[in-house]
Amino acid sequence: MRNRDITPFLFILLITALSSWITFAPDNTWLGRDVSVRLGLDLQGGTQVLMKADGIVDSEVMSTAATVIERRVNGLGVSEAIVQLSGEDRIIVELPGVKDPEKAIETLRGTGRLEFIDTKGQFLNDGTVVRTSGNPDPKLPQATLDAAAADPNNPVPSIDPVIYQSITDGRDLDTRQVALRVATDSVSSRPAVSFAFIGQSANDLATFTAANIQKPMCIVLDNTVVSCPVVQSALVGGSGEITTNTREDAEKILNQLKYGSLPVSLSIESSRTVSATLGANSVQASIVAGLVGLIVVAIFMVVYYRLPGLLATIALIIYTIIIFAVHKLVPITLTLSGIAGFILSIGLAVDANVLIFARLKEELRNKRSFLRAVEAGFDEAWPAIRDSSASTLITSAILFLFGNSFGVSLIKGFALTLALGILLNLFTAVVVTRTFLRMVVRNESAHATWLYEVGSDPDVSEQPAA
Amino acid sequence: MKSIVGLRYVWFIISLVVIIPGAVFFALYGLRTGIDFAGGALWDLHFVTKQTSDLNTDDIANVFKANGFDSAQVQISAVKIDGKEVASAVVRTKELSATNPEQQQRDILDALTKQYGEVRRESLQSVGPTVSGEATRSAAIAVLGACLAILIYMTLAFNKAPNPFRYGMCALLAMLHDVLVVLGVAAILGYAIGLEVDAYFLTALLTVISFSVHDTIVVFDRIRENLAHRRAGETFEDIVNHSIVQTLPRSLNTQLTSIFTLMALLLFGGATIQNLVIILLVGLISGTYSSIFNAAQLLVVWENREWQHWFRRQAA
Repeated sequence: MRNRDITPFLFILLITALSSWITFAPDNTWLGRDVSVRLGLDLQGGTQVLMKADGIVDSEVMSTAATVIERRVNGLGVSEAIVQLSGEDRIIVELPGVKDPEKAIETLRGTGRLEFIDTKGQFLNDGTVVRTSGNPDPKLPQATLDAAAADPNNPVPSIDPVIYQSITDGRDLDTRQVALRVATDSVSSRPAVSFAFIGQSANDLATFTAANIQKPMCIVLDNTVVSCPVVQSALVGGSGEITTNTREDAEKILNQLKYGSLPVSLSIESSRTVSATLGANSVQASIVAGLVGLIVVAIFMVVYYRLPGLLATIALIIYTIIIFAVHKLVPITLTLSGIAGFILSIGLAVDANVLIFARLKEELRNKRSFLRAVEAGFDEAWPAIRDSSASTLITSAILFLFGNSFGVSLIKGFALTLALGILLNLFTAVVVTRTFLRMVVRNESAHATWLYEVGSDPDVSEQPAA
Repeated sequence: MKSIVGLRYVWFIISLVVIIPGAVFFALYGLRTGIDFAGGALWDLHFVTKQTSDLNTDDIANVFKANGFDSAQVQISAVKIDGKEVASAVVRTKELSATNPEQQQRDILDALTKQYGEVRRESLQSVGPTVSGEATRSAAIAVLGACLAILIYMTLAFNKAPNPFRYGMCALLAMLHDVLVVLGVAAILGYAIGLEVDAYFLTALLTVISFSVHDTIVVFDRIRENLAHRRAGETFEDIVNHSIVQTLPRSLNTQLTSIFTLMALLLFGGATIQNLVIILLVGLISGTYSSIFNAAQLLVVWENREWQHWFRRQAA
């Protein structure tokens, strides 16, 4: 072994050792860092929604909305969730592994605007949708519309045109004072959420209740009447509470109020939900497919290219270890299409080696010395490897941008893995295989021609001796 | 082995024979677009306690209809989960409501559970009209952008060879060949077995594009190199033929390894990405063919300006 090869060899050894350490780290912890594989929605189950703001909004409103949703997501206790702005008026939310996706999404996108309204002495039924001065143009829930549409005798439902005056402003809700209260006494066993207004709203509420004792006043959440208690005495301090039938409902309201109200209402443009069992099945299938693919390619390489094929297979294993280490360390979320991209990149990784070995064989046939044949093989294959890698990188980049433009993380995963595979493959094919080959051919015993299968390609007779 | 270039018109005709039936299907029936591009919702439901014989497409469609989803298309099949056979239904409907999709899902699942016992929603995707419209636009932009970027790159990379623009154009034509083959096969499979064109399909198509160019570049690189060491009396046709023969083992071997890995994915990789893999297989085989039998031959046609003789030859 000469000096020229020692440095790259040690470098390869170092990289491989480091990558193996990360890839096979016990308990998925590496230097105190969590390096467990992050699985995408299609592999571990979960839900993804693309939400669009209703009406025209500016970027400040959207970033506030994203912050509020992010806080609510944390309140739900979903780990590894993603909340991301997309374009001018969209938010992408990904909730991996969430148990009840419908409930979660409902909680996230409920506006959470809490109001006291002046009903001029009228009682309103719970669940009635009303216009308020805070939001005079609410939408009826879809369930109401569907029910009405199913029965042609019913008139098309519409919201009472009366606009009730809001006494409080949702922005004056003191989020620190929002709390869940589960009564333990038998008198009121229903769960409730207590809250308090501050500032101008608290003053207004005190003034209004003082003037309207023994009259009803309604609490409205997102334009739906929650309850209409009768004012017993002036409410000083602006506090009140909402009772609910179930603890889940109470928790939903708690989450919406506690993390602030959304500055804009959001409708759902697209959604994708995958169950955990389907995801687990996909993981199993992908692991089997990946292993089978690797083994078959390895056998082919060794049978067809002999010694160089064996070295290329070792390089391929190193490649696989490094790519896993990168996924775990960055971390890059592993999706089903990402795995397909990885398995496809195995084929590409081999391609660079195939190009080099084909050249190597030609040089050996031309009776070059082994050392010079190895060098010439790499040098002459390089332009083709470079140009073809570049063209694949270009399309990966376009795929990535495309995936980005409509929020499909599945396509992005594929593009990212493919691009990463090509870059790494330049390293493994050009540095790793080359160093191995150089070191091996210095050894006389590795010069037997059967190790290289030089003989039989069709163009030998057509190649005039140089 | 001179015939690889000599018989170029035979190879072109074989390409046409493959492309034309697909093109006819494409013209007659178009592509069957999935919800990614057409909008709508796709429900994958598992009926845990039922056999496929207990289910009926009309009954399930009626449950959907009663909950506001008219004209639901239902497909029933058996799926193996953890070794147990489970009845499954894939239902395609219009997209979920933008304002209250959560309640819609609960209504449907409640209604189905009432009728069939435990129902699991394995997956549900819903794509609204704005998103699907944008997806279609982005898809067109992505494919055109990829073509343009590759044309520019090829022209730059081959700027030392004479007529670099030709290399770009011929690689692009070979790539177009593969796009046509893939679209044709997708149209035929859409008609025959209901293969849907979705975001995965687009991913596969763009991968085919890049692999096709990848293969062509390897051949063109040889031509570039052999042109630089041109010997006396060698025609352009000789050089091209020689270059193709030299790269043939590599083209076939790379093709083989890709087919190995794709077959592994097809056989073991699970149903979700099966369409992606089928399209990739078709595209890669077409890509290898076009890079061996079309791309470099087009360079020769261009070099000889053979189109000037096309009609005269027929007259003679």
